[in-house]
Amino acid sequence: MKSVYVGIVLAPLLGTIVTGLLGRWLSREAVHRICIGGVALSLILSLVAFFHVVGGGETFNEPIYRWMFSDGISFEIGFLVDRLTALMIVVVNFVSLMVHIYTIGYMHDDPGYKRFFSYISLFTFSMLMLVMSNNFLQLFFGWEAVGLVSYLLIGFWYQRESAIYANMKAFLVNRVGDFGFLLGIAAILMYFNSLDYADVFRAAPLLQDVTVEVIPGLEWSVITLICILLFIGAMGKSAQVPLHVWLPDSMEGPTPISALIHAATMVTAGVFMVARMSPLYELSETALSVVLVIGALTAFFMGLVGIVQHDIKRVVAYSTLSQLGYMMVGLGASAYAAGIFHLMTHAFFKALMFLAAGSVIIALHHEQDMRKMGGLKRYMPVTYWTMLIGCLALIGFPGLSGFFSKDAIIEAVGESEIPGAGLAYLLVLLGVFVTALYTFRMFFLTFHGEERMDPHAREHLHESPAVVTVPLVLLAVPAVLVGWLTVEPLLFGGWFGEAIRVAAEHDVLARMGEGFHGALSMVLHGLLAPPFWLAMAGVATAWYAYLKRPELPELAKERAGVLYRVLVNKYGFDDFNQAVFGDGSVRLGRGLWQVGDVTVIDGVMVNGTARGVGRLAVVMRLLQSGYLYHYAFAMIIGLLVLLSWAVAA
Amino acid sequence: MNALPLLSLVIWVPIAGGVAVLAAGRRDALARWLALGFAAATLLLSLPLYTGFDPAVRGMQFVEDHAWIEAFNIRYHLGVDGISMLLILLTTYSTLLVVVAGWDSVRYRVSQYMGAFLIMEGLMIGVFAALDAALFYVFWEAMLIPMFLIIGIWGGERRVYSAIKFFLYTFLGSVFLLVAILYLYFQSDSFEILDYHRLALTQTEQILLFFAFLLAFAVKVPMWPVHTWLPDAHVEAPTGGSVILAAIMLKLGAYGFVRFLLPIVPDAASQLDWVVIALSLIAIVYIALVALVQEDMKKLIAYSSIAHMGFATLGFFLVFSIFERTGSLEGAALGFEGAVVQLISHGFISGALFLCVGVLYDRLHTRRIADYGGIAKPMPIFATLLVLFAMGNVGLPGTSGFVGEFMVVLSAFRADFWIAFVAATTLVLGAAYTLWLVKRVVFGTAPSERVARLPDVNLREGMVLGSLAVLVLLVGVWPDPVVDVLHGSVENLLQHVVRSKLPGA
Repeated sequence: MKSVYVGIVLAPLLGTIVTGLLGRWLSREAVHRICIGGVALSLILSLVAFFHVVGGGETFNEPIYRWMFSDGISFEIGFLVDRLTALMIVVVNFVSLMVHIYTIGYMHDDPGYKRFFSYISLFTFSMLMLVMSNNFLQLFFGWEAVGLVSYLLIGFWYQRESAIYANMKAFLVNRVGDFGFLLGIAAILMYFNSLDYADVFRAAPLLQDVTVEVIPGLEWSVITLICILLFIGAMGKSAQVPLHVWLPDSMEGPTPISALIHAATMVTAGVFMVARMSPLYELSETALSVVLVIGALTAFFMGLVGIVQHDIKRVVAYSTLSQLGYMMVGLGASAYAAGIFHLMTHAFFKALMFLAAGSVIIALHHEQDMRKMGGLKRYMPVTYWTMLIGCLALIGFPGLSGFFSKDAIIEAVGESEIPGAGLAYLLVLLGVFVTALYTFRMFFLTFHGEERMDPHAREHLHESPAVVTVPLVLLAVPAVLVGWLTVEPLLFGGWFGEAIRVAAEHDVLARMGEGFHGALSMVLHGLLAPPFWLAMAGVATAWYAYLKRPELPELAKERAGVLYRVLVNKYGFDDFNQAVFGDGSVRLGRGLWQVGDVTVIDGVMVNGTARGVGRLAVVMRLLQSGYLYHYAFAMIIGLLVLLSWAVAA
Repeated sequence: MNALPLLSLVIWVPIAGGVAVLAAGRRDALARWLALGFAAATLLLSLPLYTGFDPAVRGMQFVEDHAWIEAFNIRYHLGVDGISMLLILLTTYSTLLVVVAGWDSVRYRVSQYMGAFLIMEGLMIGVFAALDAALFYVFWEAMLIPMFLIIGIWGGERRVYSAIKFFLYTFLGSVFLLVAILYLYFQSDSFEILDYHRLALTQTEQILLFFAFLLAFAVKVPMWPVHTWLPDAHVEAPTGGSVILAAIMLKLGAYGFVRFLLPIVPDAASQLDWVVIALSLIAIVYIALVALVQEDMKKLIAYSSIAHMGFATLGFFLVFSIFERTGSLEGAALGFEGAVVQLISHGFISGALFLCVGVLYDRLHTRRIADYGGIAKPMPIFATLLVLFAMGNVGLPGTSGFVGEFMVVLSAFRADFWIAFVAATTLVLGAAYTLWLVKRVVFGTAPSERVARLPDVNLREGMVLGSLAVLVLLVGVWPDPVVDVLHGSVENLLQHVVRSKLPGA
């Protein structure tokens, strides 16, 4: 099996290397065939791995090569393939393949076509390295590598000022998260003397009572410290408040990567990581509580911002933020399986929504403003129906994939006794209404109602080509079905086995499992539960406000002016960051440079010394007058002083 | 293999080559080919130092020891451990690159330019290989002369100010080094550096020597606040000069800490390690902020060099706090080896970045960031390489820049949470100034027609930068071969460092 696993990561890497180095001599067709072939092969091998693992195959946990040996510690590159990994690689490769195919259509006229394929294959490689890692070093490698590709792809259209601002912002904000992550890894090495997951998880319970004094007088549990530091990394990558600010701007990148990187895979790395670290997080209720509360805040407040966006991609982006919050809430409630389950269903329906949005965008010649859309249903039936499926899945319509995962999370929070669970429950419940509202606002504004695009664009409107619609249909299938098929084993069947560890007193899923009687009854039960009615209320509100009485939103804008401004300004995070961290550090740097380096060190110390020597020389020169009697006089004085000193002594 | 005096060869072949190149006079083509031949030969000669190196040996290897000036017991004593061996390889490789990079961008007094670099190569290798303090000092001082000339003759507009500033600054440090060495000679009646490692010294003596060494080497590294010569020197130096300055000369200061300060005055170092740690952290934070606001590409990279060297000095001085806090040396070697890896990696990356600036400068004759923009369009290959080196500078995993910083931060955590905390801010600050540079130069739109039509790298430039790119990636993906040769030497050094040298101890 080792060669299969190595093949999984190498296939897309080879695609990148070949097309990256030889791209200029290859035709466009050759480039996309090589890259798609690489990812397709990787997907096939992932499926082999998946069925091997599910079929009772041994968990693979072996090094591939020794990266470095220092100080008695061996730093290895290696793979851990258990059920959690197997699930992730299939999801990653499936979405990646769909996006690769879709790209043929979406980037058809772009001069950077080949570069784009090379990048997305590199991304696939990095993401696979991240999820397949069996140690923290490689995890960090994948973690930063996906960030790099995200940076390159957000700034893909590098002549746009907004794009290259967004990509730098994304990288820097992620780096703030990685700063915590790196310190977390350092803490792990210090206390466990190994970066290998297995070693760390084995020894973790022994450290449960060990404390450390980071700030004098404040004793912290080591495990809590580690978990929170690692979670800061997850907050960056998975865009949790307050490190979420980069994700909406990342929509500057081409739509296929918004689907792949900024919805389905990379941004879920933080969720995956926390689930992977469940043996650590289970030992710290404080850390779980932090995850829970941050996740719930993100889920609710980012959803609200989605309501006031006009850019179709930004609506979906805020929705992603909000859904990532839901996943985190699931993890914080110790329902790791539910978090991962939502990660998977979200990957399908959100990639679907992004690609459908992209289909609309190309049909309208790169128009993203929903105020210039409307009534597209007539022109783009496939896009319409697939988008509808995506939207229903997102709002958790009973029976669709999102219903199973989101309901499970909400119920798990309700059951949870982690501090903060009460608040989180309220927020995720209200979030359901918000989700339905912004989702169907977007849906109605785009596909229904008045046709607001300019007449020229309307003339050319038509459904997108097959390379675009086929991936939509292929993604719609799991968006509908995957919940039905997998809810029972994933959530209540202990499917993840040893990959996820939950302490008995936290195990909310087990408690929920007692009341679970199959997917159908869960759907029926769902039709009566509050989340469903909240969602319906959201849809109805959207329908009333944007189709029935389109003048209402303007009215609401005026009435609730303050709230509206707060939301449009995204709670002021961007302005604050720009003023304090952006301009502040430039001002500080300029001050240090001009005052510290130029004035004090160079001006006073260095050149001052030179000037001082010069002045001293002027004085000294006066002493050397050249008159003999001056010298003789000086000698006599000196002799007198010396003698008197000698006598006195 | 040992029959051949390899170290002498790698010192004297380039020096002899330099003299031969000088003799070529005005025949520029001949001078270039001769220089290339000698630089390549030196690189080939230095390779057996790696292949023949035995990592298990703790002491010096490839030793040559002959009497030189018997009246003062000065010996021609050469030898390398893992640290100096790697630095010698870095020197021979960088010099070859400089010769190739200057192939047709230098047109003024070609033979003297090439000759100066070859002679400097031999002298720098001499510093790394010398085991006799007097010999070390001779090489150390002699090395200043070619660099002084390179800045002063082939430099930019303010070359004379910069050259003199460079010379006086470093000479100031050297004076303290000389005093320290002479004092040690009178105490031990020997110029053997390895004898000094065993010499008993009182705490007062050690503290005075500590400051003498600190000043001597801190200027060279350079550490805050004696760093201001570096940005000026870099800005005025020709591309080759900047490359050697950043890739090798700065390493000499760090090497001095390893060869002299730490093993000779460990008790003082253990008492005063916080001075160096504090200065290193200031370099990492303060200098990074200063780098952020630079308008001149070379100045920015120069400041970035100082910040990166902060990691090396930090890694070297973590051992004491780790030992004090945990009572064992565990984790110290990680930081120490990380510091050495940082030296090597910084040689690649800063050298590459200065070469990149050189490529741009050759085309547009300006180093102002504002004069560039959107070069990804006219120069796609160059842009790719520059972004790669920028990522190395940012310390992205998979590049060599990551390895050293990673090891040092991991080790720093053992010493103190807050040291690691401040050091790790480089993740954000380093990314900020580097990516902002990339944003303004590589991305965006061209500010002028000329920039929009810049020709991409030619084959020669592509080969130079490409070979560095391969190394940056190789060391990033597989640092084992670099780190492996360090174990014996580092272990040996750490043993010295934690053993008290106080009389009677």
